Amino acid sequence: MTTGSTEKVNGARALIKCLEEEGVDTLFGYPGGQIIPFYNELYDSNLRHILVRHEQAAAHAADGYARATGKTGVCVSTSGPGATNLVTGIATAYMDSVPIVALTGQVPRFLIGNDAFQEADITGITQPITKHNYLVQDAKELPRIVKEAFHIASTGRPGPVLIDLPKDIQNAEIDFYYPDKVELRGYKPTYKGNIQQIKRAAEEIANSSMPIIYAGGGVISSNASRELVELAETINAPVTTTLMGISSIPTEHPLYVGMLGMHGTKYANYAIQESDLIIAVGARFDDRVTGKLESFAPNARVIHIDVDPAEISKNVKVHIPIVGDAKQVLKSLNKYVKRCNSEAWIEKINQWKKEFPLTYRQGSQDVVMPQFVIEQISEACRDAIIVTEVGQHQMWAAQFFKYTKPRTFLTSGGLGTMGYGFPAAIGAKVGRPDKTVINVAGDGSFQMNSQELATVVQNDIPVVSVILNNGYLGMVRQWQELFYDRRYSHTYIKGSVDFVKLAEAYGALGLRAERPSEVRPAIEEAVRSGRPAVVEVIVECEANVYPMVPAGAAINEILDIEEHADTPCAMPDLRTATADRLLDLEEH
Amino acid sequence: MKHTLAVLVENKSGVLSRVASLFSRRGYNIDSLAVGVTEDPEISRMTIVVHGDDHVLEQVTKQLNKLVDVIKVSDIGADDAVERELALIKVSADVNTRAEIIQIADIFRARIVDVAPKSMTVEVTGDEGKIQAIEKLFRQFGIKEMARTGKIALVRGPKKV
Repeated sequence: MTTGSTEKVNGARALIKCLEEEGVDTLFGYPGGQIIPFYNELYDSNLRHILVRHEQAAAHAADGYARATGKTGVCVSTSGPGATNLVTGIATAYMDSVPIVALTGQVPRFLIGNDAFQEADITGITQPITKHNYLVQDAKELPRIVKEAFHIASTGRPGPVLIDLPKDIQNAEIDFYYPDKVELRGYKPTYKGNIQQIKRAAEEIANSSMPIIYAGGGVISSNASRELVELAETINAPVTTTLMGISSIPTEHPLYVGMLGMHGTKYANYAIQESDLIIAVGARFDDRVTGKLESFAPNARVIHIDVDPAEISKNVKVHIPIVGDAKQVLKSLNKYVKRCNSEAWIEKINQWKKEFPLTYRQGSQDVVMPQFVIEQISEACRDAIIVTEVGQHQMWAAQFFKYTKPRTFLTSGGLGTMGYGFPAAIGAKVGRPDKTVINVAGDGSFQMNSQELATVVQNDIPVVSVILNNGYLGMVRQWQELFYDRRYSHTYIKGSVDFVKLAEAYGALGLRAERPSEVRPAIEEAVRSGRPAVVEVIVECEANVYPMVPAGAAINEILDIEEHADTPCAMPDLRTATADRLLDLEEH
Repeated sequence: MKHTLAVLVENKSGVLSRVASLFSRRGYNIDSLAVGVTEDPEISRMTIVVHGDDHVLEQVTKQLNKLVDVIKVSDIGADDAVERELALIKVSADVNTRAEIIQIADIFRARIVDVAPKSMTVEVTGDEGKIQAIEKLFRQFGIKEMARTGKIALVRGPKKV
């Protein structure tokens, strides 16, 4: 029944209408007792719901969807364990500033605080890992709260917002009216940079002969890639990116020097250390980037552009702070800047690029080097969206894939969540069905959410997971090799499943590559199949990620292949890890 | 160095816990925190005393401002603000000491709010220094119990925070 602009509906139906008003088309979720009223209404709606197999995957999928599309991702779970299972995904989105809205069922209001069945204080639990959260206490407030939640999640510095929905609220009848604007006196992000500061920044840039642009995830979330490249080309400055900033500038752009920091290129780290001016855009001087703070870029003045004022001068002293949206500020800054006197500087950097290229040790002919696999993916699927898990494969995917467009490298940078990649790839593929989506995984990480093979098969989501199987939790093993006398405590994970059979058991395509020549055909076959697929690549088991700056060292104190040759699988019993697997496989 | 922050927040459930957890999570130290409703019933005012250098203060202020329920954060310098704290002090007292306790209370313009055969409860209002001074003087008689409100403060003159 409609009267004017209001209509009587229950809370669950109201929530669906709110989501439709917000332009939501897809939800990732898992039902349960306290969210049944919502699912009951969902049954009749046109919203697409992707049923996952673990709530953590719903949160990561919403995150992957958001990163790939720029829209706000939505995940749904029931109360208690359903809600707590979302926590890792919410924390992941929080650390990487990804807009998601999490909807959780809650026990009815009269039971809250009673330790009722499947009750958890999810607003309390998620307080430090959400941008904001709500426990709905009055059904009439639901539309306003949803409106605010989407506004908060997607504006300013984006982030996750959680709405906890008691079951009786979902059942309560209200007059539905969706507000057209939000009024939040405590939340007013600044988008336009202060023009005086922008002019000062332009002056500073004009006076610099060794500038470097340091771009982070903020460039991608504000869709400022074009403005970033324009700035770099106008002033003739090299660009380095954080892990989160990868794909904001094409990898092969002549001014790009790659990622900086712990596993950054040597030339990026040398460049930032020697620079006289750092132009930081949407980056936060994380410890993985700066290394030892006291010796970070000792001669550099710092311009810091960020939408979040709390990031400015948090870790590094900033000379010219500009609070604002990266895209708007860069647009404005680009009007005032001129070409720097940086020819000699660029020349020097190009020398470093030649002298210290990103490379890796070649294995014997029959052994697949993991970096080679990434290169093959890069050649076979140029415009793919690359999603990663966390560990060595993540760093190799950051180093060796050639990105051409923004929002094509999705990775858990801040929280470093193993198990992120596969469900995030699901979200990315659902959001961008036109794109090839490859989840680059390790054998450890993939097993953290491998149950989602059921999700991709049920919903026919053709994501390709390429598992670099080295039989180890490789990144920890690398640290143990380098800093703990090769004491490989509990990083050897023999006993992993046969990934090909696992894929087949779920009804997905499973392929295996054991030799370099088999890698490319397997990847191509998986992509061509148009089916959900897993490609297991048996790779060199003790390859390391280089260059590497040990934790706590200055970022120009770099370990590299020459200085620290990783002798191939020196421990004979462990060398057999791969061989054993192959034997096992042949026997079957 | 100590700073007194006046923080205007939405008068909603959960706000205090958001503020408190922010301090503990980021490792800032709260010396005292007082909260109450303002002239606008939808707004509460928290007066938070923190210690730390300028960098810490800047971070505290920025992080507080990031909370959606926080409307405004102002650092009220000690010079241009009226600062008060109220303390209730239960002092051991008997016939021999009662007069002296009353005398001390008088000097501090404190009030006796409860008397019992073996104790007296004194209400004292003032800045931190005054409360510390009276506490010190009462200690010789034995302080049985003490409760303090934490500091509240308003900027002098017609200006609001």
